[in-house]
Amino acid sequence: MSTPTTLPKEFQDQQESIRIMGFWVFLATDVALFGCLFSVYAVFRSRVALGPTPHQIFSLGPVLLETLILLTSSFTISLSLFAARRDRLKPALYCLILTLLLGASFVTLEIREFSHDVMAGHTWHQSAFLSAFFTLVGTHGSHVTFGVVWAIMLSMQLALRGLTVINRRKLYTFALYWHFLDIVWIFLFSIVYLTGIA
Amino acid sequence: MPPVKMKKPLMAAIGLGLSGCGADYSVFHPAGPVAQSELNAVVISTIVVAVIIFLIWGLWLYVLIRFRDTPRNHAPYRPNWRQSRPLEIAIFALPVAALLVLAVPTVKKTYALAHVPSRHPLVVDVTSLDYKWVFQYPRQHIATVNYFYIPIGRPVLFQLTAHSPMTALWAPNLGGMEYAMPNRVLPLWLEATRTGTFLGRNANYNGIDYWCMTFLVHAVSPLRFTRWVKRIQTTKPSLTVADWRQLSRHTVAAPQAYSNYPADTFPEKPTQFTVRGLYYVPTHKP
Amino acid sequence: MKAWAIHLMKLLFPPRVLLPDIIGIDIGLTIAALALLVYLTKTHRWGWLWREWLTTVDHKRIGIMYLIAALIMLFRGGVDALMIRTQLIGPHEHFMGIQQYDEVFTTHGTVMIFFMAMPLVIALFNVAVPLMIGARDVAFPRLNAISFWLFAVGAILLNVSFSIGGSPDAGWTSYAPYSELAFDPGVGENYFLLSLQVAGIGTIATAVNFLVTVLRLRAPGMSLSKMPVFAWSALITSSLILFAFPPLTVAMGLTMLDRLFHASFFTVSHQGMPMMYVNLFWIFGHPEVYILIMPAFGIFSEVVPTFSRKALFGYDAMVVSLLAISFLSYGVWVHHFFEMGAGPTVNVFFGLSTMLIAIPTGVKMFNWIFTMWGGRIRLTVPMLWQLSFIPTFVVGGATGVMLAVVPGDYQYHNTYFLIAHFHNVIVGGTVFGLLSGMYYWWSKMFGWQLNQRQGTWAFAFFFAGFWLTFMPQYFLGFMGMVRRMGTYPAGLGWTAFNFWSTIGSYLMAIGFLIMVYNIVWSRMHPNWDTTGDPWDGRTLEWSLPSPAPIYNFARIPVVHERDAWWEMKLQDRTDEVKISVDSVEPIHLPKNSPMPIILGLAFLVGSIGMVFSWFWLAILGALGIVADLAYGSFADQTEITLDPHYIIETESALGRLQS
Repeated sequence: MSTPTTLPKEFQDQQESIRIMGFWVFLATDVALFGCLFSVYAVFRSRVALGPTPHQIFSLGPVLLETLILLTSSFTISLSLFAARRDRLKPALYCLILTLLLGASFVTLEIREFSHDVMAGHTWHQSAFLSAFFTLVGTHGSHVTFGVVWAIMLSMQLALRGLTVINRRKLYTFALYWHFLDIVWIFLFSIVYLTGIA
Repeated sequence: MPPVKMKKPLMAAIGLGLSGCGADYSVFHPAGPVAQSELNAVVISTIVVAVIIFLIWGLWLYVLIRFRDTPRNHAPYRPNWRQSRPLEIAIFALPVAALLVLAVPTVKKTYALAHVPSRHPLVVDVTSLDYKWVFQYPRQHIATVNYFYIPIGRPVLFQLTAHSPMTALWAPNLGGMEYAMPNRVLPLWLEATRTGTFLGRNANYNGIDYWCMTFLVHAVSPLRFTRWVKRIQTTKPSLTVADWRQLSRHTVAAPQAYSNYPADTFPEKPTQFTVRGLYYVPTHKP
Repeated sequence: MKAWAIHLMKLLFPPRVLLPDIIGIDIGLTIAALALLVYLTKTHRWGWLWREWLTTVDHKRIGIMYLIAALIMLFRGGVDALMIRTQLIGPHEHFMGIQQYDEVFTTHGTVMIFFMAMPLVIALFNVAVPLMIGARDVAFPRLNAISFWLFAVGAILLNVSFSIGGSPDAGWTSYAPYSELAFDPGVGENYFLLSLQVAGIGTIATAVNFLVTVLRLRAPGMSLSKMPVFAWSALITSSLILFAFPPLTVAMGLTMLDRLFHASFFTVSHQGMPMMYVNLFWIFGHPEVYILIMPAFGIFSEVVPTFSRKALFGYDAMVVSLLAISFLSYGVWVHHFFEMGAGPTVNVFFGLSTMLIAIPTGVKMFNWIFTMWGGRIRLTVPMLWQLSFIPTFVVGGATGVMLAVVPGDYQYHNTYFLIAHFHNVIVGGTVFGLLSGMYYWWSKMFGWQLNQRQGTWAFAFFFAGFWLTFMPQYFLGFMGMVRRMGTYPAGLGWTAFNFWSTIGSYLMAIGFLIMVYNIVWSRMHPNWDTTGDPWDGRTLEWSLPSPAPIYNFARIPVVHERDAWWEMKLQDRTDEVKISVDSVEPIHLPKNSPMPIILGLAFLVGSIGMVFSWFWLAILGALGIVADLAYGSFADQTEITLDPHYIIETESALGRLQS
């Protein structure tokens, strides 16, 4: 094991480093959860019944915009962490707030897209494919929503208490969570949308 | 709750039909090659595991008696004995050997049972509805409810589907079971080589009257089978759409027969599975 | 005898539950609850209950709460079992209606697996693992309490379904499409889905907790290869839970979406696919049975060396076989449905992979026997459960191998042969193991021991009853009797076997009653465990007083070898676990928190909203959850510090100061 001083600041406290490990383990189960939903989607993709096919309801424009927003938010959360490691509270806080705003706009876009589909009569009752689609994308979306709520709490704590040992760890685990959602989205984008449009 | 009065004659009919044909241990009284092959698998595996069971029981009893903590026990006390490579290899090799003995017949028989026994089998389309079985003979174009006839000495291909929650068709004297599921058609090969009346039942829970969702298989000589088909064709009414709707309700039904049935009461088969080489395999719809 | 048994059962557990009966039971429960409230108020126990138990984050207390809940659930699931067996005592027996029978076997399976076996496993993890590895608590104590309260909410949901709204009746597997709204209307199935999802979140949290605890909180010097096998089993079980429970959550979640929000996952129409449910369920379900059995394996690996006064034989093989089983357990799930048309190649693959599991399991059986070889076997109650486990479990394992022989399985599937097999491994393996562990660690939990003579009687009845109940069922399988039959006709040759099987279940019930008596009697006439090491144990938990002080180890021991405490005793180094007055440092402990129980309440409110489709209530619950999480996140004082004086006082009162 390396000496504590060479470790990033979040890991220097023994207890906090254990908590980070716990969060990694949690992410592992979340990977399994998304893995199940992805396999359900893969099987149900062609089971469109009388409803629309993927090709008929996906449009690249809004999805590309969502992707762009989420990737940018991943960048801003990294900036926040970068600033925190250099003990610069304000940039860290601002980048976190920027991240949560980007996340919120992502969720808004997704809700718009969903309600557009539903307005067109494509509810998930229509086919197994639509059920799997809305559930998979919706699970990711609700994870992002939870992340936004979490980020609000976290920015309040950062503003109130500064870069304490606990807050450093919280920021780090939040960043992990956020990157994880980004990776899931990349899979969603390529497996669900790109192959659906192609 | 369906009327009780319908169930009583049903059970009485089963009781009558079975009297004196070895209902006990139906798995041990195979009436055809499939059940025979499965029984052989049961016997082989029972023998192999019995050897292991008695070995462990014996060893356990010996150790228990020899190493009891009593003052007069002079068996060697070796508190630090914790490793013995040869012994560990032996206890690893023993289950491996037992499983090898079992693996060979498992592989052989599983493939053999999936093997197409005949290109010209008797085909029976089976639909499970809530608490009753509908058997349709596409060649003869007759239908029966809760009982059917098969000729001995000819493989029968059952094509199973369901218009209700999943069920499983099981006639232990003829062979093991297969599920009947909505939206799918699954094949099951069975054959009778001796005549008799055998009890079959649903083996997968599907609701309140699951316990009495049984049927009778009459294995008869080819001649009698042909006569039976003729009789159904000439004397019974045909199955109407209204009858089908009646059957689809969640009730039990008494055995019935129909001389004809509407075409769309069974899913089209060719898209569901095909013969590939020697085996009957499901084909996935494009 | 038969008529007598049925009359007695009818008297004890009136089966015809009509609305007036349910109202009667509800009134009875309300009166009992009020009586409890009055008692607590009169004796001024409210503060005590809140401070010491409801808000506790101490792993020892949480373990005890899990244990009590599991025993209550064992009673409930056991009553269900007795009702099932009474219904089947003879042909055409109408002890209860078929609808109620369906409800009873569903709750029996669900309660026994998820609310009896799982919490009993987690109880013993909580009680023993931190003490064994020399830790002051688990890695995330508050999360541990959250796990407990989520489990409790799940258990409450499943149990109130009986009196409010109706019990689930689709079996513990709840195969779609039968579990869909079209075939199974009413709220019973919603209760099932919600309770498993909520309890499942708790279980996943427990797994995260124990994985990190075992990996990061071991005493100095305790490398993985010196760790007790029970701690290994906790580690491996946790890793199994991590990947096995998400598929369950997905299976339950999707069914819930189908039922409550009209999605089309497993429906017959709209191209839903019931097979998908079956696959998801068993991708969870098969690892689940190893989640249940591995802790029992771990317990036996502690109990056998202790009561044989001998080191565990083949430690490496034991650990490697645990790992091998956990790895293989993900590759066998199709053996639950060889009859669903997967084709011979798939069936052969899964049949053979199932057989492979028998190899590491067989190795373990022999290892336990060779652990006793050359030892001195003491027939204490924990050891009796262990000793009876070997011949019982080997039968269950062997019939499991028979079920893996694919052509054989075509005839055994869903029959009483299968029922006998899995009770043989789950009761004969898991339950025997957990009861062995319960008797083994009882004094560590409560400070007093259970009476051995009564314990032996409880064991004898339970063991004899077990064999009488389940051995005839193998034969019933060969006779064509299938599972979940609400009743059966005469003339099939099933009557005698069913009768004896029922009598066996009554013997098991007597065994359970003796066990309860044993616990109550031993509480009234406590045999205090003053040494903390009543069994002449080998691992670190026996170096502590019983029950262990709140901080567990005043001084974390340094470990040099396996069976650390045994070696310390042999080498006369037992002073190493004691403190000297001048070397005491303050200890930081997690502070009690009301957040976990409030989170549980919020989940309960939200779940009831979902069950009855009162979505305003569900949203209220969700808001409660978020608010409670925020409250937990903002709480700044999460630790208390015990000052050295307190520790010295406590330790000297226990006679544990270095001279």
